[in-house]
Amino acid sequence: MTEWPLLNLIIWTPIIGGFLVLFASDQNRLNPRPIALGVALITFFASLLLYTGFDTSTANMQFESNHSWISAFNINYHIGIDGISLPLIILTTFTTVLVVLSSWKVIQTKPGQYMAAFLIMEGLMVGVFSALDAMLFYVFWEGMLIPMFLIIGIWGGPNRVYATIKFFLYTFLGSVFMLIALIYMYNKAGSFEVLDFHTLKLGMTEQILIFIAFLLAFAVKVPMWPVHTWLPDAHVQAPTGGSVILAAIMLKIGGYGFLRFSLPIAPDASRELDWLIIFMSLVAVVYIGFVALVQSDMKKLIAYSSIAHMGFVTLGFFLVFPIMENAAGMDGAVMGMEGGMIQMVSHGFISGALFLCVGVLYDRMHSREIGDYGGVVNTMPVFAAFMVFFAMANSGLPGTSGFVGEFMVILASFKANFWFAFLAATTLILGAAYSLWMVKRVVFGDIDNEAVAKLEDATTRETLVLGTLAVAVLALGLWPAPLEEVMRATIENLVTVITTSKL
Amino acid sequence: MIIEANEFRLLIPELFVLTMTCIVLIVDLFLKQQQRNITYYLSQATLLGAILLTTVLQVEGTQTGFSGTFVTDPMSVVLKLAIYLVTILGFLYSRHYLELRGLFKGEFYVLGLFSVLGMMIMVSAHNMLTIYLGLELLSLCLYALVAFNRDTYACSEAAMKYFVLGAIASGMLLYGISIIYGITGSLDIAEIGRVLSANTGSSTPAVFGLIFIVVGIAFKLGAVPFHMWLPDVYQGAPTPVTLMIGSAPKIAAFALVMRLLVESMGSLQEEWQSMLTILVVLSLAIGNIVAIAQTNLKRMLAYSTISHVGFLLLGIIAGTANGYAASMFYSITYALMAAGAFGMIILLSRAGFEADNIDDFKGLNQRHPWYAFMMLILMFSMAGVPPTVGFYAKLNVLQAIIQQDMVWLAGIAVFFSVIGAYYYIRIIKVMYFDDAKDTQPVTSQFDLGFGLTINSLAVLALGFFPGWLLAICNTSIQLK
Repeated sequence: MTEWPLLNLIIWTPIIGGFLVLFASDQNRLNPRPIALGVALITFFASLLLYTGFDTSTANMQFESNHSWISAFNINYHIGIDGISLPLIILTTFTTVLVVLSSWKVIQTKPGQYMAAFLIMEGLMVGVFSALDAMLFYVFWEGMLIPMFLIIGIWGGPNRVYATIKFFLYTFLGSVFMLIALIYMYNKAGSFEVLDFHTLKLGMTEQILIFIAFLLAFAVKVPMWPVHTWLPDAHVQAPTGGSVILAAIMLKIGGYGFLRFSLPIAPDASRELDWLIIFMSLVAVVYIGFVALVQSDMKKLIAYSSIAHMGFVTLGFFLVFPIMENAAGMDGAVMGMEGGMIQMVSHGFISGALFLCVGVLYDRMHSREIGDYGGVVNTMPVFAAFMVFFAMANSGLPGTSGFVGEFMVILASFKANFWFAFLAATTLILGAAYSLWMVKRVVFGDIDNEAVAKLEDATTRETLVLGTLAVAVLALGLWPAPLEEVMRATIENLVTVITTSKL
Repeated sequence: MIIEANEFRLLIPELFVLTMTCIVLIVDLFLKQQQRNITYYLSQATLLGAILLTTVLQVEGTQTGFSGTFVTDPMSVVLKLAIYLVTILGFLYSRHYLELRGLFKGEFYVLGLFSVLGMMIMVSAHNMLTIYLGLELLSLCLYALVAFNRDTYACSEAAMKYFVLGAIASGMLLYGISIIYGITGSLDIAEIGRVLSANTGSSTPAVFGLIFIVVGIAFKLGAVPFHMWLPDVYQGAPTPVTLMIGSAPKIAAFALVMRLLVESMGSLQEEWQSMLTILVVLSLAIGNIVAIAQTNLKRMLAYSTISHVGFLLLGIIAGTANGYAASMFYSITYALMAAGAFGMIILLSRAGFEADNIDDFKGLNQRHPWYAFMMLILMFSMAGVPPTVGFYAKLNVLQAIIQQDMVWLAGIAVFFSVIGAYYYIRIIKVMYFDDAKDTQPVTSQFDLGFGLTINSLAVLALGFFPGWLLAICNTSIQLK
């Protein structure tokens, strides 16, 4: 199996398939939808082969392939995966299948271009998660902006142009400074190999500057308070599929960046500035939680809830340092980081599912205002069951995946500082408050108006999409062990790397 | 002065272009308007022949001839080839546009070819006077070309402005050259370099001359604060002429900078570095910020040129072989992108209609998705977003500059390119997100559409595989 270029296949099948779909739409006789679904399914099954062939006992890169690409700069086409990229890659391929399915009927204008954009983006995102050459990473990372820019701009809501330009410029500004940091390290290390950067000796000032450059790029992507303001706009204006990809995967790329770049490349700066990240994360958890509470637009509410949940991710990652300072041992640090990772995957499922739920309602009523709904359960019982379930998962109900990650991070933060844990735990109240209150107003109660009375329940296709996600959420909630097992070795290694000073 | 026969070997491409241009001029006299295509094909054949000759006759290493006034080195070969290619694209795009406007005349091609000859001389000049000769040949042809549509007010105004300011710039340059001649007693580039670096006394007189030379160069390149002519000329000139001003001459200008600043005044590097730094920062700032306010695409591209010139000079500031190679790469790829962008304006224009407003691109994705996609590639490339070649051009320059520990300058450059990204993506916004105002179907002649497709796909393909061009630029600079 290792002889087969499986990873290349997963990156390039959707990209090439995407371009084919682009052409298919030009001649009207070819329907782009089944082709796109086929490509997405092939990619998904190929990514499952990655899982079965993955060796969980080692932190080394697997499924590697390395070719010289731009020899003048010693840039290689070097890809490979370890325990932190594998779950995210599978999440990406899984979500793309659902996105293609969910847009089957809704997208009537230029469906070929729409499907093509999502497929190309899938390939680019897998590329981001598997690139081991910093320049390759950067190319995928920036390339990803182009399809997303078009998706929001072409198929988005009324204020889409503002939202998409804001999204583009925000992320572009963040990442150009990362580019400078990468070039700086290239001049030191003589190559763009990420793994070489991990062992590169750097002074404290250098590390801090590099850390800040990375922080600008990744914090915008995650997004962390206070650079989160593009997200609610982008989410509200994006079409359902765009919101799902944004929430489920694009945000994770920020978190992944911290694990792959910031922490191992600038460990001393990370230790020095851990208070900053922890502070920003806790603000996201608490303050953004309150902001979510007052939203009247469902998508905006979920967008803010995403920011709050992603706060847990960054909190989990940077708890390592206070825990190690308390000499609480490696286990706590590993737990925090694993919690962050599980939270990323779980949030991918849950937020994706919630956006799909809103999409189902929006397709029928063309409104995202909570006030326009009420009593949906009377006309759409099956759908209502799903929506309630995902809202519960979003608030961290035990038994769902939402619980596992949050619980692990809260446990780990106890080992760091009681007050961290106290503040982080407010999410259990806030999350429940905004999720369930939204459900109460939208789903329960008497039928509010005629439009709701005319609603039809979820179609088979919608039920299939939501049902698949529900199974995933439950499975991960009840039995997270396989996921933990995949990333255990990598994360233990990572904790050792980042607690070793580079000075 | 004894000229040996084999010295003419170095000059064969130039002689060929000169002869052919004269032939085109004469043949054209005897052609009826219906037969004008012959002029066009002859001109293209001239350029193809020049490509062939330049490739076949390239020499090992550096060879000078005619008492050191003329040089052939790997850099000049690469730059000349790029100039021919971009000019071929320019001629290809302009034919139908000129036909529709009654401008399809032999003079366009004769002047165009003479400007190519001027650029070839600039690229291969090894003497201050040869440089000046080439530069003036180029400029005079361009002045005349800008006024080509002489009955329109905008054209005449642009030509006048270009001519007056261009003449001032030439005067500055010539004055600077005369001062340097006074100090060193030579016009030969290598000799000037030797004398200046052996100079142990005060460098003030040389710096005085240098200032004028830098000003002259900045005028010709259009670097802020010597950029005033550029937007008006770009907007006023007929689009094919704008294409010819905006693309290949940037490659020749790079050679000008190399010969004048790097080769002859390398010992004054610190001085011109600090002068160029100011020009670069201003160009990046003014170019990118003012471009945002433009509604005319040609004018917007003019300001974008100013900012690209900033990036081009950034590589020179690095002052290393790496940096020069990066600038060289930048100039070639920029010429390619600019040719494509102006070509797109030509493509959307019809008889009696100029598509030079940004609004004219509205809804292009509905009218013709393929060309919209081509323009998308070009715009993202100009903005420097991977996977297009514009990204590697910027990466290259930034790498060179960071290597010299000028991280702050790199920071400024990327900051302004983020601002610049806004106006490029605005073009994409109007093409993809807005509804078409113009309902006329997009029709294009096969050769024009095909050329543009190749041009844009080349920008994308070079983005996937920039390695070979990078390597060519690197080796041709290092072999100097």
